Amino acid sequence: MTTAKPQASARMPDARDMAERLLAGERTALARAISWAENGDARYPAFLAAVYPRVGRAWRIGITGPPGAGKSTLTNELVRTLRAREETVAVLAIDPSSPFSGGALLGDRIRMEERTSDPGVYIRSMASRSSHGGLARASADACDVMDAFGFSTILMETVGVGQSEYDVVSAADTVVVILCPGAGDGIQAMKAGILEVADVLVVNKADLPGADQLVLDLEDAVRMRNVKRPLDQGMGERWIVPVVTASATRAEGLADLVAAIDAHRAWLEAAHLEASRRRRRVEQVRRVVGERLAEELWGPLGNTARAEALLGQSITPYDVAEEILGAILSSTPHPVTDPDGPR
Amino acid sequence: MPERKIRVLVGKPGLDGHDRGAKTIAAVLRDHGMEVIYTGLHQTPAMIAETAMQEDVDVVGLSILSGAHLTLFPRVREELERRGMGHVLLTGGGIISQEDMETLAGQGFPKLFGPGTRTDEIATWIRTTMEARWKDEEVSR
Amino acid sequence: MSDTDTAPRVKAIDARSLWEEALGAARLRESSFTSLSGAPRKALYTPADAEVDHDADLGYPGQFPFTRGVHPTMYRGRLWTMRQFAGFGSARQTNERFKFLLEHGQTGLSTAFDFPTLMGYDSDHERSLGEVGQVGVAISSLQDMETLMDGIPMGEVSTSMTINGPAPILLAFYIACGENQGVDPAKLRGTVQNDILKEYEAQHAWLIEAEPALRMITDVMAYCAEHVPQWNTISISGYHIREAGSTAAQELAFTLANGMEYVKRGIAAGLDVDDFAPRLSFFFDAHLDFFEEIAKFRAARRIWAHKMRDVFGARDPRSWMIRFHTQTAGVSLTAQQPENNIVRTAIEALAAVLGGTQSLHTNSMDETLALPTEKAAKIALRTQQILAEEIEVAHVIDPLAGSYFVEAETNRLEAEAEAYFREIDKRGGVVPAIHSGYIQREIHRSAVRYQRAVEQREKKVVGVNAYVEDVDARPEIEILRIDPAVEREQHERLAALRKKRDATRAASELDDVREACRSGANLLDRFVSAAHAYCTLGEIADVLREEFGEFKEPSIF
Repeated sequence: MTTAKPQASARMPDARDMAERLLAGERTALARAISWAENGDARYPAFLAAVYPRVGRAWRIGITGPPGAGKSTLTNELVRTLRAREETVAVLAIDPSSPFSGGALLGDRIRMEERTSDPGVYIRSMASRSSHGGLARASADACDVMDAFGFSTILMETVGVGQSEYDVVSAADTVVVILCPGAGDGIQAMKAGILEVADVLVVNKADLPGADQLVLDLEDAVRMRNVKRPLDQGMGERWIVPVVTASATRAEGLADLVAAIDAHRAWLEAAHLEASRRRRRVEQVRRVVGERLAEELWGPLGNTARAEALLGQSITPYDVAEEILGAILSSTPHPVTDPDGPR
Repeated sequence: MPERKIRVLVGKPGLDGHDRGAKTIAAVLRDHGMEVIYTGLHQTPAMIAETAMQEDVDVVGLSILSGAHLTLFPRVREELERRGMGHVLLTGGGIISQEDMETLAGQGFPKLFGPGTRTDEIATWIRTTMEARWKDEEVSR
Repeated sequence: MSDTDTAPRVKAIDARSLWEEALGAARLRESSFTSLSGAPRKALYTPADAEVDHDADLGYPGQFPFTRGVHPTMYRGRLWTMRQFAGFGSARQTNERFKFLLEHGQTGLSTAFDFPTLMGYDSDHERSLGEVGQVGVAISSLQDMETLMDGIPMGEVSTSMTINGPAPILLAFYIACGENQGVDPAKLRGTVQNDILKEYEAQHAWLIEAEPALRMITDVMAYCAEHVPQWNTISISGYHIREAGSTAAQELAFTLANGMEYVKRGIAAGLDVDDFAPRLSFFFDAHLDFFEEIAKFRAARRIWAHKMRDVFGARDPRSWMIRFHTQTAGVSLTAQQPENNIVRTAIEALAAVLGGTQSLHTNSMDETLALPTEKAAKIALRTQQILAEEIEVAHVIDPLAGSYFVEAETNRLEAEAEAYFREIDKRGGVVPAIHSGYIQREIHRSAVRYQRAVEQREKKVVGVNAYVEDVDARPEIEILRIDPAVEREQHERLAALRKKRDATRAASELDDVREACRSGANLLDRFVSAAHAYCTLGEIADVLREEFGEFKEPSIF
């Protein structure tokens, strides 16, 4: 039995079409543009260029923490609180893909079910897919699309305290890290370095034993931290990371959390926002370049075959790498190292 | 070029709370490399369509064991059309008789899966159908 | 020791080694043999596998720990109740099916409700669209209950109502209906399922959040202890947990854990445990693994007896007893070659009888496709009658006791249940375990494991992955269809009801319900009052939803 063919026009918009529809407030365009970003659709860069003037008005909040910290419930409560003060909220809920099958089960929406019918809220689930930086790019792109659409706040919610979570949430203006007492999560998080990137720390399930101690431990860690974040260098007053207590299931602590986020925003906007955002955009450029390069290098330029052939002659991988790099770098002018052009 | 994934919404319309089948199928589709958005229980047709639109899914799979499929399945389809998601591949399963499957085939549900269907049969059918569609899209572009 | 003492022992050891050798050398059908739930099974069980002290571990029927049965005479005194679940379409149609079954020898009524009723919505609510009367009877008010029980002497029958979230409201309708028939509530006999914890865990027909739902349940316990003392206030259920995919051990463990939680709540509400515990009843699944099921029922009785006496300090022996209803496993039925289901059901029913059930429902063969037809429902009832009259199993109590295998299985299931109790305690109790999704996740994992086993043909199912017949063949049975007129008629009835009743009185009753939500006054008491004013199910449920909030399911993935 053949299935009906989808309508051609609806599926084949070009970048300009899509940009117009997005800026006109069409939610299907919003959803589709995010898919373009995720799938690396060739039309995405042109689309982004067309909507770029509208990017930058949303406040982006990254939310992460170890599993079991109650992040989903807290995010849902945060959405509710923000809606109550008339913000429009877009949520990007990120979950890991299975390393075996490459598929994913995205169930975060269930926690925010009542929001499905709220026209001021948009929720999108994203799987981490392959781990080569693609997620950081796709999630940053999704935020750009949501930003251009006009949401006043964007929440990027991911789980974990490792490098890929760091990459994702560092694309945010304010990073909130959620921990909960018990199971030594606080120590784990500190070891993993996620505290380095936190702007606001939340101790959720604050009614459980160990909460007070965790708060003290975190406050000590904040005090003793001597991280030289590029942002802090010569930027005047440091941002002191607040530790907020909350109980998401009881809807307690949300006002404090929002106040902490607002305070961080005020601090950034006072002097550092532009620098902070530029730094992120540079990161984005690096990522896109890195991804495109890798695609080219190992794809059309045929270096995989080259590497295999060279290795067959029993030289070391380092030497093979030198060969390949040498061939590329010698064919492109180096303004810095060689102002006169190719060697 | 990032690999394109099949995005499937698995949902339970209506008041039926028996989700063993829906949850099992969701896990199996994940094992077959698809991205599954699981909506949870007690969804109205409007909620399912809204979620499908926000998530820009390729497939909507409905599970229902309460006998209300002849009313609810076409409603989901209407709500999807209303949101510009008429292109989505519709399927489903549960307690649906042969006769009702034929009725629904004429209403946009090309294939439905009754009790005792192997889950990998469902996964394979979705993958084959979607890959054929994507090929068609490539050709017309 | 003399030579004559050692000689027989040496002989026995040799015999066993001989057998083990033979087993090891032989080619077996499978590489491993397990129970339906995946528990490893030996080829042979001997006395060493089942060291039981008859009096301490088994006891006599009707005596602690009740492993052998809860009554001294069991089926010699009285057969199990043949209670076939029924309900569909309108109250009028169900009333007719009830009368049909009573005429054909059924001894208790068991009511199935449609989804809108189960979820606390009136038949004319927008969410009820397409669902009215589909899986059970639509009851939106006392008027519908009156039609349901029309011509049935409520003081003489025992009625089981399978409803949970809004159970207290339906019970109120039943009590009010009885009162209108002139029957003193003290004479009413029956059960409401009213087991909200397993709804959160498995069946998902919940209404409000856990804490207020548990409060409402203790209100029912208190009210019935005083006014409806013959009523079973909760049917603590494992059936749905099992049908959702759990193993036998999980069914046993989660059911009893839920039961213990209700007991805790009743005590915390200030009730004396012996005032309500005797009225708690249980409801289990009877699945295909014949011996595992029998062992499960025996383990259940023994565990509960110990918990009630030793942990909760109940003094009345009736508090220590598990009385239970059993239903044969719906999930074991196949849509393919449905007549085979008659065989499956018969064997499951036999396991329930040998396991000492107090009442039994046998599934009809066509239930994988739709609600049962009259013919199929009759065969299901006859199955029980044949078991009772012809198979001669009903006159020896707990006949499998002492079987090394059965006692070993009983011990194993008890140990596995205890392990789960510890896991739940670690998580702070049943309610936190539900909110975190632990119990749901355990059930889901077992379900997925089973599905894989069937699809990889490790587990054979006749007609599905073994002995399969023509795939496109339609089953040769008629399917019961619900007339869409039922929904229309319900709309009309409700419209007429709202016009006819005293609107001021109804509104005032709903205010009283709201007040009771806040003050802590007994909710069932207010519901009975509201029932008499013809407040509808949806109206009362809406007040509860507004006051207490709806339950939000956790994500288990």
